[in-house]
Amino acid sequence: MSHARHELTRLTLTAAHEGLSEGHFTATELTQAYLSAIEAAGDLNAYVLTTPDKALEMAKASDARYTAGEAGPLEGIPLGIKDMFATEGVRTTACSNILKNFVPPYESTVTSRLWKDGAVLLGKLNQDEFAMGSSTESSAFGAAVNPWRRRGSSQKLVPGGSSGGSAAAVAAHICAGAAGTDTGGSIRQPAAFTGTVGIKPTYGRCSRWGVVAYASSLDQAGPIARSVNDAALLLRSMAGHDPKDSTSVDLAVPDYEAAVGASVKGKRIGIPREYRVEGMSPEIAALWDRGADMLRDAGAEVVDISLPHTKYALPAYYIVALAEASSNLARYDGVRYGERVAGRDIVDMYEKTRAAGFGDEVRRRIMVGTYVLSAGYYDAYYLKAQKVRTLIKRDFETVFAEGIDAVLAPATPSPAFGIGEKSGADPVEMYLQDVFTVTLNMAGLPGIAVPAGLSSDGLPLGLQLIGRPFGEEGLFALGQVIEEAAGRFEITERWWE
Amino acid sequence: MSVDQATVRRVAHLARIAVTEDEVAHLQGELNAILAFVEQLGEVDTSGVEPMTSVIPMTLPLRADVVSDGGYAERVLANAPAADDGFFAVPKVVE
Repeated sequence: MSHARHELTRLTLTAAHEGLSEGHFTATELTQAYLSAIEAAGDLNAYVLTTPDKALEMAKASDARYTAGEAGPLEGIPLGIKDMFATEGVRTTACSNILKNFVPPYESTVTSRLWKDGAVLLGKLNQDEFAMGSSTESSAFGAAVNPWRRRGSSQKLVPGGSSGGSAAAVAAHICAGAAGTDTGGSIRQPAAFTGTVGIKPTYGRCSRWGVVAYASSLDQAGPIARSVNDAALLLRSMAGHDPKDSTSVDLAVPDYEAAVGASVKGKRIGIPREYRVEGMSPEIAALWDRGADMLRDAGAEVVDISLPHTKYALPAYYIVALAEASSNLARYDGVRYGERVAGRDIVDMYEKTRAAGFGDEVRRRIMVGTYVLSAGYYDAYYLKAQKVRTLIKRDFETVFAEGIDAVLAPATPSPAFGIGEKSGADPVEMYLQDVFTVTLNMAGLPGIAVPAGLSSDGLPLGLQLIGRPFGEEGLFALGQVIEEAAGRFEITERWWE
Repeated sequence: MSVDQATVRRVAHLARIAVTEDEVAHLQGELNAILAFVEQLGEVDTSGVEPMTSVIPMTLPLRADVVSDGGYAERVLANAPAADDGFFAVPKVVE
């Protein structure tokens, strides 16, 4: 049984779709294989809720559509969904105690597009509370665990965050692909930590409607997948205009799969010198050089560039994101939804509700956000950060205007770290995880993280490609070059089973 | 800039988050670590720079001001911690 299960779950999304289309197996069989793989993977704590009955019902409907010749582009593909996406009738918590019993009466636009294209919901995936974190340790359901381990070690590592459950589930083959969200690196950093592919599209490419809001001017949804082609298939279904999100862009969605394998000959790739940060591990620096060689070998031209305001992206992010978070999370007041703690009057009720419902990191971020927006500080912090943001965006506009097609950079400063290793007294230590990813969110640009090698102790390392606004097709073409040159990275020992 | 304990209490109240005396000292340290980190923005010359107001340049879409959705109070109230007679219920606010 276990053998047959692995036969199905080890297929990439692309291969599984082919197998379904050619009738080698049914959507029900595929879904059953994933459900049994999930059951055996409790130690990873990747799922916070599984929906087996709904999954089998959706798979049965997919099988009927295959029979009727009406199959959609993701027909019968079992997916996991980060718990940030509202799923109708299925508990959605953002991994926060304040939403622990919230059952949305509506479906997010992104997930409804996936279901419309035939995908099957396996369950909801673990994450940092309200997507605030880089390790999935701040989840109210406890930390998710990286299926990768250092060679010869049984220490538990983080899968990154905030979409850590999504990345862990994709890497461990307990879903065929996953939907995540990325506000400062929350898709790309966990993808890099787990040897998976993650893309944060251009701001406005995917609708934010029905996605729990963290920082509205930075949040974007995107897929985490096992291959570049799998990610292209998922993004094609997730992206598209939605009148319910006024920042969603009315622009046709290209056939991203067609871009995978396109020639990159003559493309100009920038290597930003400011990303060579002090203390960068020699392993990451070497990986970066190898990535440049891979693109050069495929006919791209690699040139040094400067993005002078890079070092200010992270501090500016922590003002913009936290200010927007303090405003967005004001809605959790114990009145309309979520948990309530009784108080002697309404203000006391608000204060007790929010103290009990939010975890430490969320509380910290709301308070900093409240402080920087409070009377007398707005200009010094928020306005200043938004001006710096203009400069960060201008850095990219300048190099793009000079003919750079994409920028190559590491995805993370290090491979996956141990659970508990960075949750000490200084919250800034964890924030530095986002040093290479956060600039894109600030500038609204798309970025893809692709596995490119292994560390000396056997952990996956990722590279990141940054594109022009709505340049996702170019990123898929370049990402595929890295994937073909570096190979895909699979876990050899399924220690959790 | 760094915050003192009185400011931590004031900000907690503005954010409507109850904090205990033990938590105030702890939060003061954490908030100051974050504020010290963002302090480096002071080095950047932003004179004459417009603040970013739109991530992707686009005009805000408009729609006709008509009711296009709604009419299901029960679903809206389904997740309320307390509801009564089609309304959200809260502790008494008017004497």
